[in-house]
Amino acid sequence: MEELLQHLINGLSLGSIYSLIALGYTMVYGILQMINFAHSEVYMMGAFFAYYSAKLLKLENSPSFTTLLIILFITMAMCSLLALSIEKFAYRPLRKQPKLNVLITAIGVSLFLQYVAQIIFGADPKVFPTLINDQLLFEVAGVPVKSFDVTILGVSVTAMFALHFLVYHTKLGQAMRAVSHSPAVASILGINVSRTIAFTFVAGSSLAGIGSILVGIKYQKIEPMMGTMIGLKAFVAAVLGGIGSIAGAVVGGLVLGVSEVLVVVYGSSQYRDALAFGILIFILLFKPAGIFGKNTIEKV
Amino acid sequence: MKTFKIPIVASLVIILIAGSVGMLANSYIQLILLFLFVNSIMGMSLNLINGYTGQFSLGHAGFIAIGAYFTSIISTSVPFPSGLGALPVAGFITIGSGLVAGLVGYFVGLPSLRLKGDYLAIVTLGFGEIIRVSLNNIPFFGGAIGISNIPSFPELNFGGFIIDRFLVALIFATFWAVTCFFFIWRLLNSSPGRGFLSVREDEIAAEAMGINTTKMKVQAFVISSFFAGVAGSLYAYFTNYVSPASFTFLMSIDAVIMVVLGGMGSMTGCLASAFFITLLPEILRSLKDYTYGIDLRMVIYSLALILIMILRPQGLFGEKEIFHHWRKNDKSTT
Amino acid sequence: MTSPLLDVQNITMQFGGLKAVDSFSMQISKGQLAGLIGPNGAGKTTVFNMLTGVYQPTSGQVVFNSKSLTGLKPYQISHHGLTRTFQNIRLFKNLTVLENVLIAGHQHIKYTWWDIMTLNKSFSLEEKALNEKGKQILNIFGLYEKWNEKASSLPYGEQRKLEIVRALMTSPEMILLDEPAAGMNHSETHNLMELIAKIRKEFNLTVLLIEHDMKLVMGICENIFVLDHGVKIEEGIPSKIQSSPKVIEAYLGVDSETH
Repeated sequence: MEELLQHLINGLSLGSIYSLIALGYTMVYGILQMINFAHSEVYMMGAFFAYYSAKLLKLENSPSFTTLLIILFITMAMCSLLALSIEKFAYRPLRKQPKLNVLITAIGVSLFLQYVAQIIFGADPKVFPTLINDQLLFEVAGVPVKSFDVTILGVSVTAMFALHFLVYHTKLGQAMRAVSHSPAVASILGINVSRTIAFTFVAGSSLAGIGSILVGIKYQKIEPMMGTMIGLKAFVAAVLGGIGSIAGAVVGGLVLGVSEVLVVVYGSSQYRDALAFGILIFILLFKPAGIFGKNTIEKV
Repeated sequence: MKTFKIPIVASLVIILIAGSVGMLANSYIQLILLFLFVNSIMGMSLNLINGYTGQFSLGHAGFIAIGAYFTSIISTSVPFPSGLGALPVAGFITIGSGLVAGLVGYFVGLPSLRLKGDYLAIVTLGFGEIIRVSLNNIPFFGGAIGISNIPSFPELNFGGFIIDRFLVALIFATFWAVTCFFFIWRLLNSSPGRGFLSVREDEIAAEAMGINTTKMKVQAFVISSFFAGVAGSLYAYFTNYVSPASFTFLMSIDAVIMVVLGGMGSMTGCLASAFFITLLPEILRSLKDYTYGIDLRMVIYSLALILIMILRPQGLFGEKEIFHHWRKNDKSTT
Repeated sequence: MTSPLLDVQNITMQFGGLKAVDSFSMQISKGQLAGLIGPNGAGKTTVFNMLTGVYQPTSGQVVFNSKSLTGLKPYQISHHGLTRTFQNIRLFKNLTVLENVLIAGHQHIKYTWWDIMTLNKSFSLEEKALNEKGKQILNIFGLYEKWNEKASSLPYGEQRKLEIVRALMTSPEMILLDEPAAGMNHSETHNLMELIAKIRKEFNLTVLLIEHDMKLVMGICENIFVLDHGVKIEEGIPSKIQSSPKVIEAYLGVDSETH
């Protein structure tokens, strides 16, 4: 029982990271109906932004809450900038092209960032700076709760609430929802569609940046290929929850994280990666709209 | 004799050219030459489903892996007969590889092809990865280590006149590449082939005109998987070694790049880009010293993908064939 | 009287809480030229979509040639001899005019894959016959000269005509035309209507057309059905429709833009 609880905590903290990244996929999909394949690479770059900014600011060995906050903000800003340039130079010129072209471009951007990162940062893994100390905080029913897991859960829950507030309680969020409903109508209503889309990228990539720091804290290792698998899984989480749905991305991420940990513990760690794809295929074939999604009818 | 005249002449010309280049070169260059054929079949087969039928698949590597593993398992347990008998035996094994890949293609395609666009791309990607992960974890398939010692083609001896291993492999590769080319070419100039095109253009209109679009998509997917299996079989014969690491997502991307670069829906464009993609890493090899040993190939691929999509969304060749009058000639003879 | 060719029995289409078409019925006998009219958003195209299997009606059924079309896919309905054109032109844009037409002949092709791969006689004879049939119908519509042009390069009016040619190529018994004259000027429209009358005779067709242009419908249709807010409010011969207070109210009350 204690063991199970421990695994649940593990699964939730892994899952909340998936959720953070899944939110970026789901928001961009909601507004542009495109799978932003490069999102996983924005996340990867986030880890390196954090790594180098900690180094430059000489913060890599002074773990504290302030350090964490500083690095978080820098990384979010850098990730936003990166996502904005991707949107502007690669996606925006293709806005009227078939979806397939956009998808191929997104794959292209993703590969480009991966391999450029390999050239710039080197292909070898780097040790992520200690931004927060790992210590035992307290025990719940005999299960140790460590500061890493608390940080991860705390930061992701805060970020998700911030996003919720942004989308449902601000003017900008209203604009985002309007554009995702119908860009044409939104623009008639005086909403600056391009700016709203750009802002969606900013929000999504900031969350990816947060996710990358949390992964850095949890696994303490970063490398240029780290985005691929976690990106795919986050995407699976978004589909599982119903792509386009914000609540769906959160729930999907948590479900995937927990079930993955359980598969590793009670099944075989080798099938850990196959699980995500299995879920994906199952969902797409039997309930493509996901848990929270709506079915749409094609107009003739 | 019209049926086989052009394919036979084409085969002879290819064997003559590639054969004379290969005989002058070392075994490394010979392998690259053979890989031109493997990659061409890979690109042409993906073009059928991506370029002509408009169904975006990102899981081609999975079907290539199935073909490669089928060939590896059969040919490591059943020894080649020596002499001329080796070719038909290898031929049957390759057909078997294609059939198994086609069968899996059927069971993957039937449920998946209801999905459209991005979703289909992701599901096929998922299937491709599941195939790879399974190969990686099932001891029968050699796990992560894979299968080695796959026999090469034997040399042929006609009373002292010796045809060397490379030439035998080249004849085999040419046979399959030409078969694949003309199979797809003739298909596209027939009613089922036009049906494929109509699915790409507008599914709802195609249905209203009596085209069973589901059947068309599955047919195209199965044929595409069959030839992917054939490409995999050749891959196994030429490298003598297969492992799950060879059939990653990046191999599927390679195939996609061939289709996109060549123009979605151009056979000759696809062949040209298959050549380009096979040779590019070799050209870039010399650059490696300047990039700390890192492969610039992928940076160039990815930039090319982005730029082509932005500047020439229909691909370098669009739907045109390099020898455009071919197609019209073909029509007037029918 | 013999049973009608097309017998639509109380079909209803519900999207969520919205009834786009409510218990619609109509009978069209063989050889008739009928019209389906109604203000914008009345549900005319939804009726077409239900007849051709694009939508499955929520309730009710469609009987064609004494066979129920319920649950059939669009391509199967086309094989039964019922075909259509689209209001928002749906040609195979990147293919040539002739290819567009040939595709519609696919369901009658008998050659096998073996014939295709060996380019044998049965393949070439059948392809030749198909090509000739296509060119012959193109000729009726004055599109023969453009057989090798891309469909998307045709002017708008010709694209509409090509849609009809394509539909004819399926050898239908009945054809549904969704606003065939939309966007055409007066003389083009006149010409098109003559063509419709001509092909109707030549191919022994039954025709149902959706049209906005009231004058046009009154001029050529023998029987007219009027739809408003998803409900059939009137049916009958043109003179009856013209004098029906319900129709006048629907057109003037809802959509003052009657042409």
